[in-house]
Formats: sequence, C-alpha cells, structure tokens
Amino acid sequence: MSDETTVSGESAIQFVEVCKSFGERSKRHLVLDRVSFSAPRGKTTVIAGGSGQGKSVILKLILGLLRPDSGEVLIGGNNISSMGYKALQAQRTLFGVLFQGSALFDSLTVFENIALPLRERTKLTAEEIRSRVAATLEQLELTGHEDKFPAQLSGGMKKRVGLARALQLEPEIVLFDEPTTGLDPVMTREIYELFVQTQKRLGYTAVIVSHDIPQIFTLADQIILLNKGELDVFTDASQIPFSTKPNIREFARLVMGQQTA
Amino acid sequence: MSGLRKLADEPYMNQTEQKPVSLLRIVGGIGDSALYILTDLGRMGIFLFFSLIGLFKQPFRFKEFVKQLAFIGAGSLTVIFFTALSSGMVLGLQGYYSLHKFGAEGMLGSAVSLTLIMELGPVLTALMVAGRAGSAMCAEIGIMRISEQIDALECMAIDPFRYFISPKFLAALISVPLLTAVFDVVGIMGGYLAGVKLMGVNGGSFFAGMEQSVTSHDVRLGVIKSVVFAVLLVWICTGRGYFVQKIRGAGFGAESVSKVTTQAVVLSSISVLIFDYLLTAVLL
Repeated sequence: MSDETTVSGESAIQFVEVCKSFGERSKRHLVLDRVSFSAPRGKTTVIAGGSGQGKSVILKLILGLLRPDSGEVLIGGNNISSMGYKALQAQRTLFGVLFQGSALFDSLTVFENIALPLRERTKLTAEEIRSRVAATLEQLELTGHEDKFPAQLSGGMKKRVGLARALQLEPEIVLFDEPTTGLDPVMTREIYELFVQTQKRLGYTAVIVSHDIPQIFTLADQIILLNKGELDVFTDASQIPFSTKPNIREFARLVMGQQTA
Repeated sequence: MSGLRKLADEPYMNQTEQKPVSLLRIVGGIGDSALYILTDLGRMGIFLFFSLIGLFKQPFRFKEFVKQLAFIGAGSLTVIFFTALSSGMVLGLQGYYSLHKFGAEGMLGSAVSLTLIMELGPVLTALMVAGRAGSAMCAEIGIMRISEQIDALECMAIDPFRYFISPKFLAALISVPLLTAVFDVVGIMGGYLAGVKLMGVNGGSFFAGMEQSVTSHDVRLGVIKSVVFAVLLVWICTGRGYFVQKIRGAGFGAESVSKVTTQAVVLSSISVLIFDYLLTAVLL
C-alpha cells in the first residue's frame, strides 16, 4: 500500500515529494505536504478526497498551471515544474482536459468549440476539420446541436462537448476534473460509459478527480485518497479500510459507511 | 473622578501593553503591502511584455482583430460624438465668455482647437473608451478566467495572448488615436456652432485663428498622448481581468469580476490623467 508498490509498469505521471501552499505570506495554507505517487501509463487513476484536500490542485500541477513550492512533477520523465514556457507548451500537447465546469468558450458554438484545437494546432483543411468534428458529434450523440452555444446546452451535453474537445487531438493523457458533478444518475452512467468506450478506443492514461464515491472506483486501476494532508494509494477499493494512515481510514469510514465497517 | 480617571487610563494602558505587537503588525502590514504592489507590478509588466510579443506571433487572428476594432472603435463612435460635441460647445461658450472680456473673441478658434487637440481630445476619448470598452474587456476576460476558459486554452497549448489579448491591444492602438481625431473634429465643430452660430463670432476669424495657432507639434502631441493612453487603458483593463483571481480583496466568483472591473476603470482613468500631466510636462 506504500506509494511505490502500487506503481505497475511505466509511469506517465510521477509526483515526488510535492508541497503546495496557498494564501498570503502570513496566512499560508498547506494543501499538499510532500505528496508522492505515480500514475501508470494507459491506466486509470482515480483521485478522491474531501473538498479542499488538493485534488484539483494535483490536476493543475500536472498541467503546469501551478508550480509546486518544492518537489518534482514528472510527466513522461520530464520535470514539468522547472520547464520554460515553450517546453511547457510542447508538453501540454500530450494532454486533454475535461474541466469541472466544462470550460467551453461561451462565445463559440458547439462546432467551433470542438473544432478549436484542430484549427489552432493542426494544418487540417476546413473540410477535413468539418468531417472530423461531424464524426465526433455523431459518436457522442450531439448531431443537430452543432450550432448551439454552450448556454443553450444541458449539463450532460456540456460535459460531452467538453470531452469531445479534449479528445480531438487524441492525447496521451486525459485529465477529468469532477466529470459527473451536477449530473443526474442516468447522465452520470452515460458519462462513465463514454469514458470506458473512448479509453478503450484511444488507450490514453486517465486521471479522474471525483467525489462520486464509491461508484467512481469501478473505473479505477489505481485509487489515490487524500484527507487532511495524508495520501494513500490503492490498487483495489477493498484495500481502503485497511490503510495504515488514520486520516484515510477515517475518510473511508465517513464516505463509504457500511462497506468499510 | 476616579471612575473617569480609570476610563481615561484604560485605553492608554492597553495601548502601552499592545505597543510592540501593534508596531510589528503595522510594519508587517506595510511590508506585506509593498511586496504585494511589487509582485502586482511585476505581474502586470510580464503581462504587457507577452501581450506585445503576441502581436508578432503567427497565425495572426485577423477576424478577432476586426471584431475588436468594430467593438472598441466603431462601437464607441456614438459616445465619442456626443461627448465631443458637448465639450466643444461648452468650450465655445466658455471661451467666448472669457475672451469677450478682453475683446479677443477672434482668438476663440485658436483656444478651442488647441484645447481639444492637445488636451481634451486624447483625455476624454481615453476616459470614454475605458468606461465603455475597457470595462467590457476586463469583465469578459475575468469571466473567462473564473470559468476556466483561459486554463482550457493553455491546456490545449494555445497561447491566450496571441489568441485573444494581443488582438485587443492592436485594435485599441489603432482605434483610440482615430477616435481622438474624430473627437477633435467634432469638438471643433461644436465650438464653431456655439461660438460662431450662437454667439456671433466671425466665422472667418474662428478658422483663421485655428490655422495660425495649431502647429504640427501640437497635433503630434495629441497623437502621442492618444497612443500612450490606448496602451494604458487596454493594458490595465485586460491585465486586471486576466489576474482577477490574484487581486487582493477582490473576493471570488462574480463578485470578484465586478470589483476588478470597477478597479480597472478607476485605475486606467487615474493613469490616463497622471500620464496626461507627465506627457504635457515632457513634450510641450
């Protein structure tokens, strides 16, 4: 159950003794305290924990949107926390991200949102982009909605458009920030099915930050739990109640209730 | 009496007891604020650098540039027209009232045109654009920031400066001097209407005075001011929006965007007025 024993195969993402705090100098709040873990390539890592425990901070550190106070964040062996702007931009081409609020560009239509990475990052012709986006729209059952603006979509549709945009460039690593927050159970199941289908097809490394416990564990090859500054890594949800870390056991008891009793 | 003495002494005693703590707190607070201001200035300096570099990055987003040109430039024409007309007419009336006392009404054209070209044109245009387009730019970028749209761009390895900030800079750099020119012309026409058509000043002497007194140096000063003001207002308004989550005391969510938008307009207006004095002192 130690951090290193759970890593199987080559690591796509590695955190080494990472610390991150926020707030002004006099009122610093330590969110991550010497956190170490690895996300194996081609597998699904689920990060769960209470609110404010640093789950989204981990995603932002992976993306280089935040820099750690100390420690290293390695992506494919490269330390992202010490990279310059250009190298960071090049590194980011590996990623696809589904944001919590979908982060769709509200002045662009569904079509334009999905086409954006293709327009900006590839040399495809307008016709090729149109056909690729049309194919994606069909796969995600969004045909007929291409001219709508994000404000005209339901929560589930926004998530699907966000996923379509994230997967357009067939990234090696896809990060999901609370992919099912605010969705009803039917829509949640739909998003999970979509995730399983796309991962099977594209074989990407997935990191999912979620509150949806224990359902989200069914998708996980590796589970990372965060609580009150402690972190533990599991390959199976059944190991969680036997964690050596008291804060993790407490969290598991609170959120998983009967199952851990 | 002793009760009064006790009441009078109490705050003094407390002050004496807390003195070292309070002093430390005050010094700490000053240091903290100084560090915040330095960090903020550094952040804004880097933002300006990347915004200007973004102007030369390919592919240039021509459509976005034209959209911003229409929004900042063409969209501000109405407000510039009415501000210029009323300012020019007031200048015409006020100028006539002052000059009439010395029998120098013939100088009205010169007074109105010089005031407008060197001062009021660039300053009022910048203030109007800051209030109309600057606030909108700040709010738009602030909302993009809090809804993670800017993060999404960065995650797609799309440079947000090239994508939507630099086109705003270029559009402001072109449209503000042009709007200033429109302001000057409409203002002079306003001065003509009030001075010549309403107060009966000779039209020929109005334009002759203007022709004799306005030099290319005066026009150049007006143009330089308008370019500097354009950079100031677009820099402050877009920069504040971009860093909405890093601004002390702004709060979170929609409230932070509204506070920062107000701050951006106030800051850019004050900067325009300060730089107006500095440029006048240096270039006049």
